[in-house]
Amino acid sequence: MANEVVDHGRRRFLTVTTAVVGGAGVVAAVVPFIKSWEPSARAKAAGAPVTVDISAIEAGQKVTYAWRSLPVFVVNRTKDQLAQLKGLDSRLLDPESKDAAQQPKYATNETRSIKPEWLVVIGLCTHLGCVPDFVPDIKPEPFDANWKGGFYCPCHKSRYDLSGRVFSGVPAPKNLPVPPYHFVDDTHIQIGVDPQEAG
Amino acid sequence: MANVFSNIAGWVNERAPGLAPMYRKHMTEYYAPKNFNIWYYFGSLALLVLVNQIVTGIFLTMNYKTSALEAFNSVEYIMRDVEWGWLIRYMHSTGASLFFVVVFLHMFRGIMYGSFKRPRELVWILGMLIFLVLMAEAFMGYVLPWGNMSFWGAKVIISLFGTIPFIGDALVQWIMGDFLPADATLNRFFALHVIALPLVLLLLVVLHLAALHEVGSNNPDGVDVKHGPKGNRWDAEKPADAIPFHPYYTVKDLFGTGFFLTIAAFIIFFAPTFGGWFLEHDNFTPANNLVTPSHIKPSWYFTPFYAILRMIPSFFGTAIWGVIGMFGAILLLALLPWIDKGEVRSVRYRGLGFRIALAVLVVSFLALGLVGAGVTAELIPAWFPHADVTTWENAFGRLMVLGYFGFFVFLWVYTRFGFEKTKPVPERVTMHD
Repeated sequence: MANEVVDHGRRRFLTVTTAVVGGAGVVAAVVPFIKSWEPSARAKAAGAPVTVDISAIEAGQKVTYAWRSLPVFVVNRTKDQLAQLKGLDSRLLDPESKDAAQQPKYATNETRSIKPEWLVVIGLCTHLGCVPDFVPDIKPEPFDANWKGGFYCPCHKSRYDLSGRVFSGVPAPKNLPVPPYHFVDDTHIQIGVDPQEAG
Repeated sequence: MANVFSNIAGWVNERAPGLAPMYRKHMTEYYAPKNFNIWYYFGSLALLVLVNQIVTGIFLTMNYKTSALEAFNSVEYIMRDVEWGWLIRYMHSTGASLFFVVVFLHMFRGIMYGSFKRPRELVWILGMLIFLVLMAEAFMGYVLPWGNMSFWGAKVIISLFGTIPFIGDALVQWIMGDFLPADATLNRFFALHVIALPLVLLLLVVLHLAALHEVGSNNPDGVDVKHGPKGNRWDAEKPADAIPFHPYYTVKDLFGTGFFLTIAAFIIFFAPTFGGWFLEHDNFTPANNLVTPSHIKPSWYFTPFYAILRMIPSFFGTAIWGVIGMFGAILLLALLPWIDKGEVRSVRYRGLGFRIALAVLVVSFLALGLVGAGVTAELIPAWFPHADVTTWENAFGRLMVLGYFGFFVFLWVYTRFGFEKTKPVPERVTMHD
């Protein structure tokens, strides 16, 4: 035995196959640990659609609802506020809502909404996810002398108009996203379900 | 009695003959240059704070509840009802801030005296890894009290990963285990904060010291004592300009420890929040996912990097540039041994350009800290009521970003193309006695 010549080819083959099989085993064993960090079934179940009553929201008011633990802004825009939107186009990054990921098709229009006065957007800044403040009044503000009403993020000073369209030259790169929603009747909307799905 | 001890020592030595030589190698026969000054306190002080964080941290876990529902109240319970709980918590929170004070000064020492240069590149790299792990450790620890700033700080920092193209959103959800920072996030951060990262940190500290003791300590003159004359009072073969770490530097470090503990005790007893810098006021209200604090800012030790993130605008529809800038700021520090091509180590004998550049680096770093902490946003309207805050803050902040990155660019050009006019380096270390 001791005097036998070492078969290097056989040794290399055994080394490589052992390493490959062992490596595959390690990779397979790591998968459950990585997957365990995904949102759990309970967290996903908490993401069910919510139906809210909007009849009490006065013109010019904003109310925040929670959907999937995300703040969803529902704003009842006044005629005055809607009239300001058009004039802002030149100061906005994506005035025509060309980024299709930021709103469903049925909200890809001038007011980014199903009904012109009702704005429904996820109230998280597209920069780093803070909740922007609602600053509806049309008057000069410290952060913008020419303010026409909209949202102002206190974290990094991103600004959005009253359709959730982002201004140019701020850190946020995209318009506020519009969640899927539809009108159940004139005073109720369901957030989380498209009009088509609702039939 | 003495006999019993020597018998035990003999018994152990027979079974583990490597222990005594190891002690000698790292303590009584580790020869360090004899000209260390005040800047050489911060390594041992970092070790002291690490021990403090581990001991106080273990005791905090005995009363802390890891749950989004209970975490905030359990911290208040520690503060109000647990005997001496307030002291243990303030030792831990003050320790976290002082850890960064000490580490920043330790790093500055390394840059100033060229300790990162050949042959100590590995020591520097390991140190930078410690710095990275320390930042992750501090960030996750800050989330645990589940105050409103914990929550929103976590949200903003985790969202940084969302700027990575294609996989960003999925990655953010994976890190949080939910659609927002939630119970799952808090629990995993607790696990990482109290088990995983401390283990990594300890391992890195051991490697950092092992790598240092292999090549030997640098000194304020940047002179290689190993290449100087041999023979000192203790050993004819060891460098003449070096003294045993124990007892000489252990005693010196004990003096520094006393001084440091006095300052730490003052903060712990009289100013534990340090005016909102060490513990932010917004963190004394429970986490609320529907209300953002009016000024979200990270803990002070992150503010310079955070300012870099904020000052770089988004281009091409993505905000990733700020994130790249922020991590790049740390990466460039790690690459310093290869950016700085200069042969002379210590600032004492380097060219005027290096001294000015180093000053610019320090000023930019501190100024970025002020921008990141929102101080400039308050000062500009107070001093110049008619100025547009955003414009001026951006102008100032971006200038400081240029100053920070400019240091590395300048240093490379300055040393690579031979612009540096150095002074003659002495043969042996200099003493001022």
